[in-house]
Amino acid sequence: MSQAALSLKDDPGPALASRPIGTLPVRLTINGEDHALDLEPWVTLLDLLRERLHLTGTKKGCDHGQCGSCTVLVDGTRLNACLKLAVSLDGSEVTTIEGLGQPGNLHPLQAAFIEHDAFQCGYCTPGQICSAVGLIAEGHAHTRDEVREQMSGNLCRCGAYTNIADAILDVMGQEGRE
Amino acid sequence: MIRFDYARPADVAEALRDGADAQAAYLAGGTNLVDLLKENVARPTRVVDITRLPLSGIAEIEGGGLRLGALATNTRTAYDERVQADYPLLSSAILAGATAQLRNAATNGGNINQRTRCYYFYDVGTPCNKRSPGQGCAAIGGVTRIHAILGASHQCIATHPSDMAVGLAALEAQVRVAGPGGERVIPFGDYHRLPGDEPWRDTTLQPGELVTAIDLPPETFPTHYTYLKLRDRLSYAFALVSVAVALRLEAGRIAEARIALGGVAHKPWRRPEAEALLRGQEPARDLFGAAADALLSGAKGQGANDFKLPLARKAILRALEQAAAGTPQSQTDKRIA
Amino acid sequence: MPDTRQTPIKVGIGTPLSRVDGVDKVTGQALYAAEYVVPGMLHGVIVSGRIAKGRIAVIDEAAARAVPGVAEVLTHRNRPHVAWRDSAHKDELSIPGDPFVALRDDRILFSGQPVALVLADSFEAARFAASLLDVTYEEEPHNVDFDLSLAEKTLPLWKRKSFHAPKSHGDADTAYAEADLRHEGEYRLATEHHNPMEMHASTVHWHGDGTITVYDKCQGAQGVRDFIASSFGFRSKDVRVVNAYVGGAFGSGLRPQYQVQLAVLAAKHLQRSVRVVMTRQQMFTHVHRPQAIYSIKLGAERTGKLTSMIHDATTSTSRFENNLEDVVTWGMINYACLNMRGEYTVAPRDTYTSSDMRAPGAATGMTLFEIAMDELAYKAKVDPLEFRLLNYSDEDAMNRQPFTSKALREAYREGAAAFGWQGRPIEPRQMRDGREMIGWGVATGIWDAQFSKTSARATLLADGRLEVASATADIGTGTYTVMTLVAADTLGIAPERITSRLGDSDLPTAPVEGGSWGAASTGAAVQLACRSVAERLLKAAAKVEGQPLAAASSIDDLVFADGRMALRADPGRSVAIIDAMQAAGLDRIEVEETAATGLRGLVSQARKSRKTHSAVFAEVRVDEELGQIRVTRIVSAIAAGRIINPKTSRSQILGGVVMGIGMALHEETLADLRLGRWMNHNYAEYHIPAHADIHDIEVIFVDEPDPEVTPLGVKGLGEIGIISVAGAIANAIFHATGQRHRSLPITLDKLVA
Repeated sequence: MSQAALSLKDDPGPALASRPIGTLPVRLTINGEDHALDLEPWVTLLDLLRERLHLTGTKKGCDHGQCGSCTVLVDGTRLNACLKLAVSLDGSEVTTIEGLGQPGNLHPLQAAFIEHDAFQCGYCTPGQICSAVGLIAEGHAHTRDEVREQMSGNLCRCGAYTNIADAILDVMGQEGRE
Repeated sequence: MIRFDYARPADVAEALRDGADAQAAYLAGGTNLVDLLKENVARPTRVVDITRLPLSGIAEIEGGGLRLGALATNTRTAYDERVQADYPLLSSAILAGATAQLRNAATNGGNINQRTRCYYFYDVGTPCNKRSPGQGCAAIGGVTRIHAILGASHQCIATHPSDMAVGLAALEAQVRVAGPGGERVIPFGDYHRLPGDEPWRDTTLQPGELVTAIDLPPETFPTHYTYLKLRDRLSYAFALVSVAVALRLEAGRIAEARIALGGVAHKPWRRPEAEALLRGQEPARDLFGAAADALLSGAKGQGANDFKLPLARKAILRALEQAAAGTPQSQTDKRIA
Repeated sequence: MPDTRQTPIKVGIGTPLSRVDGVDKVTGQALYAAEYVVPGMLHGVIVSGRIAKGRIAVIDEAAARAVPGVAEVLTHRNRPHVAWRDSAHKDELSIPGDPFVALRDDRILFSGQPVALVLADSFEAARFAASLLDVTYEEEPHNVDFDLSLAEKTLPLWKRKSFHAPKSHGDADTAYAEADLRHEGEYRLATEHHNPMEMHASTVHWHGDGTITVYDKCQGAQGVRDFIASSFGFRSKDVRVVNAYVGGAFGSGLRPQYQVQLAVLAAKHLQRSVRVVMTRQQMFTHVHRPQAIYSIKLGAERTGKLTSMIHDATTSTSRFENNLEDVVTWGMINYACLNMRGEYTVAPRDTYTSSDMRAPGAATGMTLFEIAMDELAYKAKVDPLEFRLLNYSDEDAMNRQPFTSKALREAYREGAAAFGWQGRPIEPRQMRDGREMIGWGVATGIWDAQFSKTSARATLLADGRLEVASATADIGTGTYTVMTLVAADTLGIAPERITSRLGDSDLPTAPVEGGSWGAASTGAAVQLACRSVAERLLKAAAKVEGQPLAAASSIDDLVFADGRMALRADPGRSVAIIDAMQAAGLDRIEVEETAATGLRGLVSQARKSRKTHSAVFAEVRVDEELGQIRVTRIVSAIAAGRIINPKTSRSQILGGVVMGIGMALHEETLADLRLGRWMNHNYAEYHIPAHADIHDIEVIFVDEPDPEVTPLGVKGLGEIGIISVAGAIANAIFHATGQRHRSLPITLDKLVA
């Protein structure tokens, strides 16, 4: 089947007829688990995670790429889940905060965020942690200044920024003083 | 968000067929289109997902230059070794924009096609000619802090929000486009347009056309360059004014000069006469002032953005000094060099 | 049995304990209002109005209703009954006026007012249908221009209970006219929006038996419960409100927001479970910090000693309610001055009602007043810190009362030492580093130390695990952890064996979480409940063989540590808590207690002023040419009585400082005066500080023992951190540049113009 056949205006054909109207097949691996989904094209990754899969650790803070609360890792890269149509990610691997670590088996960044009190209300926190995982993997930040700039896509209204930087630098094994 | 048809072509020819409908929108990184879909500003009947097209490479061009695939991400482009070595201005401009997450998703083609951040354009509860031709421009006489001081029209005073595009304008990149009528190459200065009487048209792209690549020309500016961005907070904010400068110095004199401004017009703003003033001259503050005046000639504020006139002038001076001295602005250390 | 161990571990008040809710938050397990899974639930999407004032003429619902999956379009025409009396819609804040009631009628009172709720079986269907709703309006003239509204400024007859009218003394006008040194200035603060990261949301679980559970983003579960009962005709006992986790609020959750009204309306109408989540844009259509203008006249002797202060402030409110804040009183309370006069008014405009945002009144008034004080210090040619010490008041200068404690002098001293204030050049523009001019500024913060009647329950199980519970909220304030620490402190039980429960209207009575009274009040209630448990344990210990604690006549003769109670006078004689329980045959001890002010407290409240204080030091670096400002250092020295948890307390101050940096440099909601609409209504154009904006912040808690102020000696920390931070920054900008900015925020345009 040509990829073009996914177009809804084309004849869906017998294989598609059994699906709800307007949906497309989407395969995603989320936190290591395969999901075969039927989704309307206008469903974002964020709404898929929160409303359909009940993975509510990924937060909606603005829904427009303006706060970073929805940051997840797609094929290892940090992205704003609110700006991704889920269909567009067909075949991707998604890691959310739930996939990074669980109570009793925390990711080092999760533990460092607790130790450094790098959050208050906790709402931006999963996005901050996923973003920090991405930041460390990218390898472009080494100093405190660089961490600050590279983490600026994650707003925190409680103002935990200095503690967040401490937590990340702690995990990176850097002092990162000014 | 309205409902739309979705297509995921595998090659450019198929994409052009899918995108031939005037109401189609190409989806790449999604960082702007999905935002606008949710705002009900973008209302395509079909979204053509081009993320699977083989346009994500960055390759040297035979005879000089670098071809940036339209689907290469901003991150990949900014950190590409060849870009960093030969076109550090572009790398710096990209890294001055948005956030790591957004740059990881945003593509080069999408970046130059992003739409204005005008408050009114984004708010369907207010009139906007760019969004809905003929409604009128509510920005004129409204909240104009972020609006244009150059090249505005009675129909639209919006600015282009891209940082990358400002760098590309200074580098005199070329935009490669595929369309129903075949391929064509658009000089960067002709790619974006001024609003005029058709503010809904941001670019000279024709309906159904698709950006396939951005070509960087053979001339590199590895040393004497800067991208200086001034904004309302130190990161994650659109430019109030930005300046891209690229200079080639020979024996203490400016052999080639490029200056492009962001945040001040509907397109990255250049003036050949401003750059001509610099050529053949030794770097000097008076000279830079004259160039700044030439570049800003005819600039006019809307009231709340009047400050952009002195700010732009001072920023041009500083950027020229940074470039001439070979001390480009860091996008990490926010202290202005 | 004698205790043989050498080093009992005592975690309690004063221990820097990591948040006990930390694991839930970092793993994504903490559930916020929009995250509860309720079967068969409908998604509600709010349609916001376009005009600022007028009437809804026509709502064409046909296209919206035709969308598959749409269950209902709720408007003022088909909504179920709500109470018709305004008083039925009053909330705990009791702001005088007619509270906004969503979908009450066809009147439009402010731009962005909810005009419909579209309900569908998926969020996407509801969102799509909402975009198809076609609303026609009849517009009427409006005004959202604060300056124009000043023509209607007034001090209303009916005032909020929390409002304190300024008290005048002496003859301020004559003293001003005769003063050696005079300063007069007009100061302004822009409209700000709270913008907690979590958008307001409510999930209503319709149980079908007449009861509902509402998961709501709010700062007081019981207040919202009572509001729902009263507004929508439920019996209070049939409504349960849960706010176990709140994604920030800063005051935006003090009043029930309109999403909870809409969600309950829809649930009642359809007899189904409903979720309603605001968009970020809609977060700009309700509560905000009022815009303010503050005229200040200061007179002083040549030495700089204040002789007169004249305050006149006006803040914005709506046309339907009068939100009053204490704006001008703080400077009058804080500084010694024989002649003082204060006036305060509100000005109505066609917006939603302004209301409390972090340190309401003081963050506005004291911050701006501290800029005026700085100006006078320069006129007197006195170092700004010296100037404040020169005018230091050991008593509440407006109310003419002693303080229960005031360690502001110590805060100045320790803050200045940590900052390195000594040697600061007195004149501006004296310090630079290349093209950056450097400036240092100082300002003083002051806030009420409050206490509010609160109940808590303590339940001790036979295995030694303890649960403490109260209907208070933890909006990031660390309340879960404070409750755990106080319980650990009182009963000597390890924090891992203690569970704190809050954020549920079914729990023991607590007031709305705000005003910085949470830790003092909830902490006191938890301590009382735990002391009652301790008393029962002492009785139970009598059943332990050998009666090792026989010498104890009350629990004050005991030390509780490490799961044991020991004789204070003879620590070798001790009983494990679980042994006492077992000996007495108890499977649980459960006690509920209420911490109230009491007679002694009431007397003290009538006679003494109770305040927290801060000294804030700021360093800025300003690019001389381009006006880019960087706040490179802040030291905030806090005098707030006893600190229960130094770790989370420090974070609260850090957060206040960060929001204060936003107030100084970034935050301003911009109105289109013709459209009557906030235009930068999103996170991209309403700027709050991002990571790159925040450099070094140091927090100091000075020693301030104060057994009188509240039962635990705690004064509270939620507000004090933000107050006057923007003042210190504005003062530092003057010191750096010689430019005086009297209007916040100090954005780039103001420096280059």
